[in-house]
Formats: sequence, structure tokens, C-alpha cells
Amino acid sequence: MKKYLKTHEWAELNGKIATVGISNHAQEQLGDVVYVNLPEVGKTVKAGEVFCSVESVKSASDVYAPVSGKIKEVNKALESTPELINKSAEGDGWIAKIEVSNPKEFDNLLDKDAYDKFVKDSE
Amino acid sequence: MELKKTPLWSEHKRLGAKMVEFGGWEMPLQYTSIIEEHKTVRESAGIFDVSHMGEILVEGPDTLRFVDKLITNSVSKLKNGEICYSPMCYENATIVDDLLAYRFSENKILLVVNASNTDKDYEWIISQKHGYNVDVKNLSKDYAQIAFQGPKAEQILKKISGVDLSRISFYTFTLGQINGINCIVSRTGYTGEDGFEMYFQPDAAVALWRKLIEIGGKEVKPCGLGSRDTLRFEATYMLYGNDIDDTTTPLEAGLGWTVDFTKPTFNGKEVLLRQKENGVSKRLRGFEIDGGIARHGYEIFDGEKKIGHITSGTKSPTLNKSLALGYVETQYSKIGSEVLVDVHGKKVKATVVKTPFYRGSVKSK
Repeated sequence: MKKYLKTHEWAELNGKIATVGISNHAQEQLGDVVYVNLPEVGKTVKAGEVFCSVESVKSASDVYAPVSGKIKEVNKALESTPELINKSAEGDGWIAKIEVSNPKEFDNLLDKDAYDKFVKDSE
Repeated sequence: MELKKTPLWSEHKRLGAKMVEFGGWEMPLQYTSIIEEHKTVRESAGIFDVSHMGEILVEGPDTLRFVDKLITNSVSKLKNGEICYSPMCYENATIVDDLLAYRFSENKILLVVNASNTDKDYEWIISQKHGYNVDVKNLSKDYAQIAFQGPKAEQILKKISGVDLSRISFYTFTLGQINGINCIVSRTGYTGEDGFEMYFQPDAAVALWRKLIEIGGKEVKPCGLGSRDTLRFEATYMLYGNDIDDTTTPLEAGLGWTVDFTKPTFNGKEVLLRQKENGVSKRLRGFEIDGGIARHGYEIFDGEKKIGHITSGTKSPTLNKSLALGYVETQYSKIGSEVLVDVHGKKVKATVVKTPFYRGSVKSK
């Protein structure tokens, strides 16, 4: 089950590995994604901190780590086809897989209904 | 402060455009996708609401002499019905604004200026008119403007044009009817493609806008400021506030072709003459960026030494490369010269490349 941040990232936990990306709402707001500054594999990230950036034609946007842990894998396909994020932000356009150090952090994230409501209320 | 709206604002909302603030105006950034809109202009034609642009009219017996003092290019050398692009400089040769000067007659010139600079330009022009018999009016509210740009612009616009478009050559204009509305029609633009700009009364804007979309069918898209910026960037047209401003001169920006040193006098002439003789210390150049995207304000280095800054940058939708414009110290400005750009704290390689990055269907003189 996907969970979300108010800064418009998502994470989905499978065992100890969380797949993370930006939300569909975030990609709609960004417009055409032309470059993804992927994090380094092996790097340790902390929940709530910037761990990479996504660039649209117009601007660069920071992406915050939904959970703490170590980057195990990044979505290499984004190097040649960053537009995958526009096509499938919450699927094929995932950004990284993080080995989580504290699965309890997931409890701090919003479930889909709460996130959708947050997006609607902030419009 | 409330944002200003063009007469097409409700059309943009109706079409579901993403709106942004630009120079005090609420303008469409994009309707669907910047890249799609960009490609439509490169391949067929796009329609842009540029009603936010400012129009300042200079009239009177001293018009030519006065405008030639204000700008670096020469309106005395134009024929009636011709247009020139020019920077307008301060005494110290830095740039107040860049503009188009439409020569109606020896006694009448219309200056088309950047939206965000209109008030500043008007005040500056008024401050300069002492001793010249001219009348200066800010007519920006009286004009709506639509740009219709792309290789197919002429063949599509022909359908609703009361004037023979083929007789409007590059950087000339005529008065005539488009869609039954009296317009100033010029073969000018800010995209690197062939096309026209039309100036007319604001209450006719919605009808003309809808008509262009209707007759264009699948070949035409409404385009926002996002693609206007990427298109002008590839064609290496200056964006005031990014690539040129009151800290840069026309020669530093590579606009030497717009400076007519044969004129007896004009604002900035002495400084520009000195720069021409001694060379400039910094130069605007095009760069190809090796990884990441360099944007306005990013710093340029030689090793640890700061040698310049980026003024515009994006991933070129046409060339599919990360490109940028920026000022570097002259010694680094040779084509092929390698420098470093700080992109999010990482120094990436950048190579000086030729500009314009892309040459489209735009005509030449």
C-alpha cells in the first residue's frame, strides 16, 4: 500500500525495501519532466530530507525522502526517459528503492485518502 | 497588488491553461505541455497571447532624432513600414530594455517593449525628451497582441487575412484587416520560426483568437509563456531580466549588430566605443552542459575560480540537449572552451558552443 508525504512523494513498503517516487499530483504540477538527478546507490538518506531532484522544463524541484535508510537501487530508466515520471509517476516512474532503517516511520505518512484530501484542500 | 489580465484571460481559463504571474500579469504558462506546444510551433504553427507587451508611441517633428538617441540601432536608416530590433541603453551603456521600433513615418514610431518594463521605459523615455519636439504616449492599454508563429503560419493566416501576407517581408509591417479587424501586422516573432505579430483593439481579441484556433484545426495549438521561453532560448533571442539587464551592455551580450556607431550620438555611445576598441571583459555565450540542467544564476568556474554565471538554461526540446546561456570572462569565451558549472553543488563540465543553438524557418532580411 502506498503512503504519501505532504511534500508530494510516495513510498510503498515490501519487506525491508521501500520503493519511492513523486505523486501523480506532483508530476501534473511540474509539467514535462526533462531530467532526474538520481541519488547515489549506497547513500544513506533521512526521512524528510532532500535526497534528489526532478527537473521540469521550467524549474528544478527537490524531492524529499519519505523514509530513512540506504539507497539500494535507482531507476536507471529515468536517465534516458525522464518522461516516465509524467506517464506513470506512481508506477514505472519510481525513483529509488530504499532499505528502510526504521519501518515505524511509515506510520507518520498519509494514506491515499488523507493525501488526496490534503491535495484537494490546498487547491 | 492585483495581477493584470489580458483581454484573452477568460479564454486561457476556459482552455484550462496553467496560469502564472509574469511581470505583473496573470498569463498562461502552458495549456497542455510545454514540449508539445514547443514542437507544434517548430513543425506547424502556434498562437500566443502577448497582449501584455507594452506599446509606446513617439510622435512629432523630432521623432527620428529622438528615437535614435534612445536606442543603439538606427530608425533614421529604416524606410517607413520597416522595423528594427534594438536595445535601449542608459548613459553607461547598460540596458534599460530591448524593443522593436516600428517606423510609420518620419514623425511617428511605435516602440514595442517588454511587459514588465513598460512603466520604467515610459518614465525613462519621458526623462530623455528635454530639447526634443516629440510627444510620447503609453498606449499599452489600447492594444491587444497575438503572435502566430511557425512554418505554416502564413498559409493558415492567409485564410482570414485581408492583406497580402507574402508582401510583408521580414521585419516589415502593414496596416490591414485580419478576420475583419484593423491590425498592425508584422513579420516578426520571438520563436525562431517564420510568423506574424498582430496588434489590434482589445475588444476584438477573443474573436480573433477563436478564429485562429478554428481555422488552424489540428495544425495549430495555443501556446503559453513556457514554450515561448524555450523557443526563444533555442533561437538565442535575449530575455530581458535574464540574459540582458542594467548590468550588461549590448556588446557584452553579442548584440553588436544592433549598435550603429555611425550615428552622431546615442545613449551609451562613449562606453560602447571604448568597449569596441578595448574589448569587453565578459561575453554572453552558449554552453552545452554535460549532465544536469544549468539555470539562471548558477555560477561558472575555472577550477575554483568563479568566472561567470548562467543567465538562461533548459533542456532544449528540439535538440534534446542540456543547453545554457551565460556570461563568462572573455578569455574563456572561445568556441570549444571548457568550463565548469555548479549544478546543485556538483561541478559539471560545460563547453562553449556556437549560437544560435537552433535556426528555424525564420526569414532573413
